[in-house]
Amino acid sequence: MSVSGSPWDGWLPRIPLGTWTESVVDWATSSLGPVFDGVATLVDTLVQPLNDLLTGVPAVVVVGVFAALGWWLRGWKFALGVTVGLGLVAGMPYWAETMSTLAQVLVASTLALLLAIPLGVLVAENRRVAAVARPVLDLMQTMPAFVYLIPAIFFFGIGTVPGVLATLVFSMPPGVRLTALGLRQVDKEIVQAAESFGAPPWMVLLRTKLPLALPTIMTGVNQVIMLALSMVVIAGMVGAGGLGDVIMFALSQVEVGSGFEGGIAVVTLAVVLDRLTDAVGDRFPSARAQRLARQAH
Amino acid sequence: MSALAVQSLYKVFGNRADEAVTRLADGQPRAEALAGLSATAAVIDATFEVRPGEIFVVMGLSGSGKSTLIRMLNGLVRPTRGSVRVDGVELTTLKPAALRKLRRDKISMVFQHFALMPHRTVLDNAGYALEVARLPKAQRRERALEALRMVGLEEWADNLPHHLSGGMRQRVGLARALAADTDILLMDEAFSALDPLIRREIQDQLLELQAELGKTIIFITHDLNEAMRLGDRIAVMRDGRIVQIGTAEEILTDPANGYVAQFVADVDRTRILTASSVMEKPQSVLDIGAGPRVAAKALRETQTSVVYVTGPQKKFLGTVTEDEVSAALREGRPNLDGYVSTERVRSVGADTSLADLFADSAASQHPVAVLDDRGRLAGVIPRITLLTALAAASPDPTATPDESSTDDTTAAQPTADAATAALTQGDVKLVGTTKGEPA
Repeated sequence: MSVSGSPWDGWLPRIPLGTWTESVVDWATSSLGPVFDGVATLVDTLVQPLNDLLTGVPAVVVVGVFAALGWWLRGWKFALGVTVGLGLVAGMPYWAETMSTLAQVLVASTLALLLAIPLGVLVAENRRVAAVARPVLDLMQTMPAFVYLIPAIFFFGIGTVPGVLATLVFSMPPGVRLTALGLRQVDKEIVQAAESFGAPPWMVLLRTKLPLALPTIMTGVNQVIMLALSMVVIAGMVGAGGLGDVIMFALSQVEVGSGFEGGIAVVTLAVVLDRLTDAVGDRFPSARAQRLARQAH
Repeated sequence: MSALAVQSLYKVFGNRADEAVTRLADGQPRAEALAGLSATAAVIDATFEVRPGEIFVVMGLSGSGKSTLIRMLNGLVRPTRGSVRVDGVELTTLKPAALRKLRRDKISMVFQHFALMPHRTVLDNAGYALEVARLPKAQRRERALEALRMVGLEEWADNLPHHLSGGMRQRVGLARALAADTDILLMDEAFSALDPLIRREIQDQLLELQAELGKTIIFITHDLNEAMRLGDRIAVMRDGRIVQIGTAEEILTDPANGYVAQFVADVDRTRILTASSVMEKPQSVLDIGAGPRVAAKALRETQTSVVYVTGPQKKFLGTVTEDEVSAALREGRPNLDGYVSTERVRSVGADTSLADLFADSAASQHPVAVLDDRGRLAGVIPRITLLTALAAASPDPTATPDESSTDDTTAAQPTADAATAALTQGDVKLVGTTKGEPA
């Protein structure tokens, strides 16, 4: 898109950033094909069985399992809420789509965390990595979510795999950031105490820094899951299936009813996953000890 | 041989640290040396030796570089230049693994804000150094419990640190360092975060433990009273430099410069100065074998009203007043035996601090007798001498030539005034009881 008739025409050289990007993607598609195939197979073998399991068992079982988890982590009130919420979704026509979205979210956020947490450790421990990671993370977070879908289609075609991978990339940044933040916020004196008794770096990291950073890291986990859920709906555009499909279809047909039903299903999933992961963080002894220590002050 | 020796140690933070050190080493003052460099000098040319088994206190205000200094002693902060020798081993050039081994074997540290790990029990915190050293679990537990027992916290072993009060937490910090069983103990403002009563208690506990264990302790503090109380020797730091090293009494009585003099101006001298430093030669001392005539002569000559009587080996026995001497004369007694009383004059040890002397002085009708450790009369302290010593303890204005601050000079005054008031009250009471007594 050019602004025609501008007096500055010809002054600024046109920078063909788009063309460059395209040639990079072209090169990657042609020469990294086997790599992408491997990744695609991996994602597929993770998502498919989970999807089959969740859609295969009766809705009552899934609701029961979530209610039990809720009871254990937060108490009976929350369990009741989970039963009502998921029961409502099960009563709507999109239960299978909801489960397929859940499967995609779980796989995408698990993979995202497997990458994000070690990366966060590197960012916290190494200044150079931090210097590089920061602008990259900024870019990843501010890039409009839809843009991730384009290279995903190029590399992986249409379907669940590009949806999950775009979701993975989109949801990773808060995992990296909050891991790094949590590690940097650990009381310097405690770290020095560990070092002063001759503890090697790995021991300081594993037994002191990570346990103390855990509450912040768990906030990161929670954020990753929430972002994954929001992205997985957008991924409906590339045919990832699930609730995204439902909402895209409703949008194209202007069907308020099914759109609202799909939306409610997403919101219910979001609330359940958010409150559950939030409570998981607090189950860790180190997190609990720190919370109690703060209360004691 | 010293347990720890520091030689021309510098720490400058910033990009052109080395250049800054070179300028500082040439003797330029800090402000000039650092002009134009984006560098901060935390420690400048520190040299000292710590003897095995002593408590070496580094004292200075915040920003004087003492925390950086102590962290260079175990390599938590790498010196810019200079040498740190621990048991003869040069620490500054050690590889990371060797440095960790040295920390495990030789040096442990106690931190200002305790630095306990909130997710580990008191026992696991106390045994941390042993876990690092990969001791078997049973042995670790035993030694950690032993260390907790030393600080009186073994029944708290299974609690998490947040169940403990501040003072107890720091005792866990101390136990953690003791469990490591290193010869050298670094204590960085270890008691500064505690409230005064608790601080005093834990100071006592440290001194007790030290009497038993004989560690080499480097203790950082900004509290002069704490420094004086704990330190065998004290190094005073200012703006990154050590300005004086000496015992508490040396620093009090002979400050190296105006800064130190000003710093020590408001210290409670009554706790540092001892009876032996202010006592006077007794006017009239007689052997128990002397007759009342000799005693009467001595009283006349010295114009005093009391005779201090000593026995075999010059042991102090008590006093005889002029009334009793005249009574002995009237009755024609051959000696003073039977009149010697320990009632009227209290006796104190030579090491008693002036603060502990007030009560004795108030309760004595005559100068307090100061005895050496073998019970011999070493000297006496009349009330007026005690008061004069307190007055002299307020700083000499000529000792603060550059930064004379009237604030600090007056700050010492209330101590002396309060003491005078206390003694005066004692006097009043004393007069009352004397009147009541049959003459």
